[in-house]
Amino acid sequence: MTRPPAIQVRRLAKCFDEVQAVVGIDFDVREGELFGFLGPNGAGKTTTINMLTGLVRPDSGTIRIAGIDCSNDPKAAQHLMGVVSDESNLYPELTGFENLGFCGALYGMDKPDREARARELLDRFGLADAGGRKFAGYSRGMKRKLTIAAGIIHRPRILFLDEPTTGIDVASARQIRQLIAHLNAGDTTVFLTTHYIEEAERLCDRIGFIVKGRIVRIDTVEDLMRRTEGRHVVEFAVTRGAPTLCEAILETFPDLQCEAVSDGAVRVESSEPVRIGPLVRFIEDRDAEVSEARKVRPSLEEVFVKVTGIEATAMKQEKEKGKMGGGA
Amino acid sequence: MKRWIVFWNILAKDMRTYYLKPPNISWGIVFPLAWTAMFFIRSGSGLDSIPAMLPGVMAVSVLFGTTSMLAVTVTFEKKGRSFERLLLAPIPLELLMLAKTSGAILFGVANAFVPVLMAMFLADLSGVAWGPLVPAIILIAVSSTFLGLFIAVSVSEVFEAQTFSNFFRFPMLFLCGLFFPIEKLPVFLRPLSYILPLTYGADVLHASIRNAGRMPLALDFILLVVFCAALFTVSLRNIRRKWIT
Repeated sequence: MTRPPAIQVRRLAKCFDEVQAVVGIDFDVREGELFGFLGPNGAGKTTTINMLTGLVRPDSGTIRIAGIDCSNDPKAAQHLMGVVSDESNLYPELTGFENLGFCGALYGMDKPDREARARELLDRFGLADAGGRKFAGYSRGMKRKLTIAAGIIHRPRILFLDEPTTGIDVASARQIRQLIAHLNAGDTTVFLTTHYIEEAERLCDRIGFIVKGRIVRIDTVEDLMRRTEGRHVVEFAVTRGAPTLCEAILETFPDLQCEAVSDGAVRVESSEPVRIGPLVRFIEDRDAEVSEARKVRPSLEEVFVKVTGIEATAMKQEKEKGKMGGGA
Repeated sequence: MKRWIVFWNILAKDMRTYYLKPPNISWGIVFPLAWTAMFFIRSGSGLDSIPAMLPGVMAVSVLFGTTSMLAVTVTFEKKGRSFERLLLAPIPLELLMLAKTSGAILFGVANAFVPVLMAMFLADLSGVAWGPLVPAIILIAVSSTFLGLFIAVSVSEVFEAQTFSNFFRFPMLFLCGLFFPIEKLPVFLRPLSYILPLTYGADVLHASIRNAGRMPLALDFILLVVFCAALFTVSLRNIRRKWIT
């Protein structure tokens, strides 16, 4: 007998006042999969995750967690889940160790079991020395790591991670990504929402793009990237005047697409292999030197931009600004 | 799933992080002490007045201790989003909220016995009927705590919780018959007295301490239980409606 999907969503919809936050979405997440859910602010990512975890009641549609219908038995489904919200929401007045112990107790773990598990997780997350300190005194990265540890204290089958690396330092973010990959390798199904496209590209088996409450595409990273196959992109580092050069290139080489990435970089794109020699000569004839020409591998970010029409960098900056200002 | 583990750990965490903090312990002692001293001085009739003012001081201590603490702690956790952790726990909402309110109930009961302990050294309490007094104090603490829960679900800021608590507490104090007999209240206010749980709690206290109850004790207890059940049910319904949207 085949096992049911870890998460099965059908025609899920949610409206807040006049705003249709999620519009009849469908998707499955397989057991053991690392599924990425990408979209800009207000796309419906957090509303979806809140519906899946039981914090928000859907207006319509069905959710099944490991075959359990959440509208019939939400608590049975919650027993299988670990949830890491987009904010580090542990208890500031408890120590790291106490926080983990308390979160374990919420899932009915016996004292010796939860204490041993808390020690193991503090060690694995590099927080063993900070375990006796109050959570309020932790750095942002430490808080995030402890919040993830709290989400897995009871060894959940399915882990929901809402923006796990937003607003933290590079080293902590890198460590968290390694931990997520490690968890997934250990058979935990992971549902990850993020606005860092490179993070999703590096970690996820499959990715769903959500825009304005609708899923616009779901595919494996390889299949999403295949959309850009057959495109040839070359980037030229030039000494000056990239925007002017770009206009000249477009006039002279009508088969090419050209974009000034910055004042010192020109990106040329074509469906045919780009001939570098004539372009270098063309640029140098216009009193600019080419210091480097390199073939660019199309990224998932470009796929995202093509599919959603949203600039990924703008999305990232918007989210970071929101986090720093205390918004979510 | 061992539900008692969840219940006990929520209660123990709240006791340790909120109710057993030095500022709250001192509040629990100083507040009843201040009320006792105030009424003692006001009555002007010496130590003989202690049994007469004991019901009022006990009820005030419970009411202020429980409503404030619960409304503030729940609103605080809701604002910091740590309350989400509790909502995500695989236990029924009823059990979760009982665990969450138990700390405030115990705090309220302990507050009520601070004036009793003081009175023991100053007056003869041999005539006190402890049998009905102790369950009455517990039921006053439960109903006041559930009132605090009702307030917590209705507000989103900690300062709103404080303000809204006073909106209920002060009228209750003056309408429940603790300080003025209900019969001496203006006629149009009397019906209000009978829709307040504290009226029935105060009646048991008067009956137990001074043998001056106005209603049958059984009726007082039944109505107190009904108020507790109603406040808890309404609060749970509001939590489901407002917090699990």
